[in-house]
Amino acid sequence: MIRGGKSVERHLCERCARQSSLAPSVPPGTSAASAIIAQAIVESGAPDAERGGPVACPACGLALSQFRNEGTLGCPGCYDAFAHKLNSLLERAHEGGTHHTGKVPKRLARERDPRRAGDGGGSGGAGASPQQIVIGLEERKRRIASIQKQLEDAVLAEQYERAAELRDELRRLAPGDEGAAGGGGAGA
Amino acid sequence: MNEAGGPLPLEQVRRGAAWLCQRGDDHDVVVSTRIRLARNLAGLPFNARANQEQRRAVIELVRGAIERSELPGARGVPPQITWSELHRLAPLDRTLLMERHLISKEHAKLPNDGSAGPRAVAISMPDEGLSIMVNEEDHLRMQVLGGGRSLESAWARADAVDDQLEAALDYAYSPRFGYLTACPTNVGCGVRMSVMLHLPGLRLTGELEKVKRAARDMTLAVRGFYGEGSDAVGDLFQISNQTTLGKAEGDILRELDKQILPEVIEYERASRRLLIERRTKMLEDQVFRALGTLRYARLLAPEEALTTLSMVRLGVLTGLIADLDEVQVTQLFVLSQPAHLQRVLGRELDQQQRREARAEFLRQRLTPAAGGEARA
Repeated sequence: MIRGGKSVERHLCERCARQSSLAPSVPPGTSAASAIIAQAIVESGAPDAERGGPVACPACGLALSQFRNEGTLGCPGCYDAFAHKLNSLLERAHEGGTHHTGKVPKRLARERDPRRAGDGGGSGGAGASPQQIVIGLEERKRRIASIQKQLEDAVLAEQYERAAELRDELRRLAPGDEGAAGGGGAGA
Repeated sequence: MNEAGGPLPLEQVRRGAAWLCQRGDDHDVVVSTRIRLARNLAGLPFNARANQEQRRAVIELVRGAIERSELPGARGVPPQITWSELHRLAPLDRTLLMERHLISKEHAKLPNDGSAGPRAVAISMPDEGLSIMVNEEDHLRMQVLGGGRSLESAWARADAVDDQLEAALDYAYSPRFGYLTACPTNVGCGVRMSVMLHLPGLRLTGELEKVKRAARDMTLAVRGFYGEGSDAVGDLFQISNQTTLGKAEGDILRELDKQILPEVIEYERASRRLLIERRTKMLEDQVFRALGTLRYARLLAPEEALTTLSMVRLGVLTGLIADLDEVQVTQLFVLSQPAHLQRVLGRELDQQQRREARAEFLRQRLTPAAGGEARA
């Protein structure tokens, strides 16, 4: 296929290939990302085990082989777990794109630079930044309990601003569990 | 936020979607615009791998976030948000929502064996311009719908809704990969921007394949009326971006709105002009045969309804048909669908009955009353 005057290869998942009436070059029954993944691994020249890197995601247990069959990942943590395998797949699926250059959640932008009132600017940089990618349900419960305790202490110590911040944090994690701090929201 | 019994009030169902009722920009070719954002919550598996407890947790978290947010409405009017848990809706109502493009085919499917997880949708009323699906392939799929070519205003609204929800939720996001999605083909911006185009001119002049190929060469997906896996019945095509990583949302919007759309729109208009000027009889034949079928048939299957409606719409837009209104004709694409027919007529119908009902419904809607005005 020609694009911008140069010959470019496009790899389509089976669903897209079917829609564009191009005959898929993989046998039917092979799932969406399967062809792309298989190709990426073949071209990397070595089977999973030899390349190193996990064969399963430590957060949700999804095996790489399962991903190959189903075409979808198991949890946010899979992106880190399978990062090295995903590189070539993403490059093919996104026409060479490998890094996010779009919108940033306002809260992350504020945490990185508290002076900025969340203009959402800046792309993902190389520096360390708070990544809340994986928190299990158990840990979520622990965090909720911990924040509740801190909230009570702050109220007792009359640190109302801190209490308000903690209450907001609590609301984000557990909307049903607010204490006396006026629940119910701005009505939609 | 109202818990809906049936998802939409009957009068609203009869009227058709608000966003289809207006003549948007370039409405002669661009029927509608849709922008969809995919988001997931941190700390939980993606929907396919989540267990029932986790899926319910997602529903509760998102519902709470929506209740606490001030979601922007259409034209500055704060909307009412209705919340529907899909397993509580009758199958007919789920199909109704799908026909109105408020939920996807996937989201509407609920096999009876109870294996499908709990899922919900929040819809802004009465504009129906915003719908937020919960527990589709991703935890959240919010979409903004608008009439005509309205990518910029749709993006402004989607962006604002995203900001509101993000403030009340923990999104799964990484600086390297962007917004994390169940399928890597959506990761990054997680945005699908699409327009629905009516291209009967290009089909009749035989140039449709050329345009489809050109769109695909620019990494745009071309799909039929009901999205992935559907055919281009009724000469309706969706064009949307395919890639979401390595580009910013503004780039995706610009590519679609400023590079692709103006060309496709002009191609379609040029082919219509060609038909009017040089193939008049062929055009008239197509249009009036279709109108004849719709005014006299006694049985009509959905596909034939869409192909004939397409020709009637073309007839109205090229001035061949003077006594019908373009917006009303466009509404009929949706109102003649199976679930809409049954809800509007107020009873369940089997396939044969639907074919009969569809024919009668369209006959009434497309035949001007004795006073010379088309019935509303």
